[in-house]
Amino acid sequence: MAITARPEVISLAGGLPDTSTFPPDTFAAVTTGIARHSCAKALQYGPTEGLAETKECIQQVMAAEGMHVDPGHMIVTTGGQQVIDLVTKTLIDPGDVIIAEAPTYPGAVPTFCSYQAEVVQVDVDSDGMRIDLLEQMLDRLEGEGRRPKFVYTIPTFQNPAGVTMSLERRQCLVQVARERELLILEDNPYGMLRYEGETLPTLRALDRGVYVMYLGTFSKILSPGIRLGWVAAPPAVLEKINLGKQAADLCTSTLSQLMVQAYFERGRWRDYVDSLTELYRARRDTMLDALAEFFPPEAQWTRPCGGLFVWVTLPDFIDTTDLLARALRENVAFVPGEAAYLDGRGRNEMRLNFSACSEDDLREGVRRIGKVVAEQVALYGTLTGEHRVVRAPAEEAPAEDAAVADVVPIKRRASR
Amino acid sequence: MSRVAVLKGGTSLERQVSLRSGARVEDALERLGHVVVSVDAGADLIERLREASPDVAFVALHGRDGEDGTVQELLEILGIPYTGSPVLASALASDKVVTKHLMVDAGIPTPDFFAFNETAFKELGAADALPAMAERLDFPIVVKPARQGSALGIKFARTPADVPAALLAAFSYDGKVLLERHVHGRDLAVSILDREEGPVTLPIVEAVPLEEDFFDFEARYEIGRTTFECPAALPDETAARAAEIALAVYRLLGCSGFARVDLMYDEQAGELFVLELNTIPGLTETSLLPQAAEAAGIDFDALVGRILQHAFERRAAAAG
Repeated sequence: MAITARPEVISLAGGLPDTSTFPPDTFAAVTTGIARHSCAKALQYGPTEGLAETKECIQQVMAAEGMHVDPGHMIVTTGGQQVIDLVTKTLIDPGDVIIAEAPTYPGAVPTFCSYQAEVVQVDVDSDGMRIDLLEQMLDRLEGEGRRPKFVYTIPTFQNPAGVTMSLERRQCLVQVARERELLILEDNPYGMLRYEGETLPTLRALDRGVYVMYLGTFSKILSPGIRLGWVAAPPAVLEKINLGKQAADLCTSTLSQLMVQAYFERGRWRDYVDSLTELYRARRDTMLDALAEFFPPEAQWTRPCGGLFVWVTLPDFIDTTDLLARALRENVAFVPGEAAYLDGRGRNEMRLNFSACSEDDLREGVRRIGKVVAEQVALYGTLTGEHRVVRAPAEEAPAEDAAVADVVPIKRRASR
Repeated sequence: MSRVAVLKGGTSLERQVSLRSGARVEDALERLGHVVVSVDAGADLIERLREASPDVAFVALHGRDGEDGTVQELLEILGIPYTGSPVLASALASDKVVTKHLMVDAGIPTPDFFAFNETAFKELGAADALPAMAERLDFPIVVKPARQGSALGIKFARTPADVPAALLAAFSYDGKVLLERHVHGRDLAVSILDREEGPVTLPIVEAVPLEEDFFDFEARYEIGRTTFECPAALPDETAARAAEIALAVYRLLGCSGFARVDLMYDEQAGELFVLELNTIPGLTETSLLPQAAEAAGIDFDALVGRILQHAFERRAAAAG
């Protein structure tokens, strides 16, 4: 058990969905049904690309997000994480370039590194990846005679930054991919968890699967424990991914695939997603309210329209890895921002998750972090001789001013 | 054979290392024929120890509580013999500032330093003294929490402007911090083992950074960026002097069983400086003390057996 997993610690560090709301009776009925009617099949190997009946469920989910995919153009995987692994394994030779967002999903970093990819990061702002910077980067790489193998992006409710790529940038990115014949890996675990605003078309929907490899998962809309994700990709790439999948684990758990199928057969999956959306919306609001109440005015944070995360930027003299040591003494945990970068940036940033804790715990957790941040800000004031006094939280002006808060200021630390 | 409670884990930031040290010690104890009771040091520690009623406790904890005398005090209260240093030595060694003051008084070389606690800045305006302090230490300096292991919170300040952020980081780990002159030199570790004839030093281990960037302090502790040489290639008289100094610190603090003393060797000046003493150094596959023991022909099982034996000897001596 890690130190952040001690029971007395309120962990805002995970990325865990809430599964407590999943009805145990449904779970029991689904598993009993499989035991009664498909026991032999459930306990047997399955085809590498996945069961046809599971692919039908995937088609339903993708259709709900505006995409229509032929079952032959997808592979069922062991969670979405396996897609990142398989795509990297398929496309990357040591030294090849992958372009990712800055910050990027911390869980992708070890995967990219284990295949010795060179990861180049392109900044995001409140409208997602900066496509102008991406193009500059592509030009620069081209000048060096290097061609990135793919662009890795989480355009919707990004992990960790919580921001969403605007429609204009989506169209622009798809066009850049077409012009430069560049593959994109679109990671979309949270797309259905929207708490406000209009649904935007996925990159896959805009590009119709020519250059976009699409990663989906049941982890956030049903359960991460069943380890079920999928990739929809252009046929040439898919063939290679299939070979990689055979080598990795032959096939995805047949039992899990049948569970999803049985669950979808009941026809209530959208209702469950709706109930999650309602639950998480309230939790997001609680976290944003608590941030406004308990964080000192020197802090800034994103205001996500969906997903699971808020990204906080602190004054650049605070190192969040060190801050975590202090926070753990207050029995609260978060993810230090450094994990989302490969170049040492993000040291004054942190990721907070709002899906896994009750509203009471969220409020208390944010209060505790706000307390240590305020202490550090005040201490820094005395260390520099400025004797800065931090106002009591109750007197603080809400830092929720949209113009300020709805921005991801990702800047290099001046002192580094 | 004995019934041995292995204390590991705990709630310090070095929990993961401790779990690895503890697991390895447990394996060794089982191979030696002892009955092992594994105890993750948490809120039920006393209850678990009473239940287990062991003949002896092997303390494989690192950092806060496990290495600073807290757990040792509890074991004294329960009357359970335990491995390693007693309460006072643990408390002294876990505080780098106290250790350094004792060394200065005893004439043992340690880099020049100043120490402050948080209240000095918060309530006594210590920031105003920083320029005077900077003048006397010469940059670069190293800023460390007084009580924290595994190089956590250690920052390098190249100029006075770096000092506030470095202090802030160090204060994240402890309310007391140390500003120390940086000794540019070779990084040595002298391990000590209490044998039947008394404490002896083991071959010296040198940490050699793969890249010559002495200013990236944190990176030196990252896996793959440092190699370890044992025995370190040192002139005989330097090795002998390092061993002598290390033993002097060990005795000065009243240590027992085993320990590791970290030193810097300024080759140009030909001087050695003690940075700190660890009363429960790591016992993992990659830790320095087991490497040093190996180089002396003492395999891990024998090392663990000897450390355990010494716990009984210390108890007998105290009783006798």
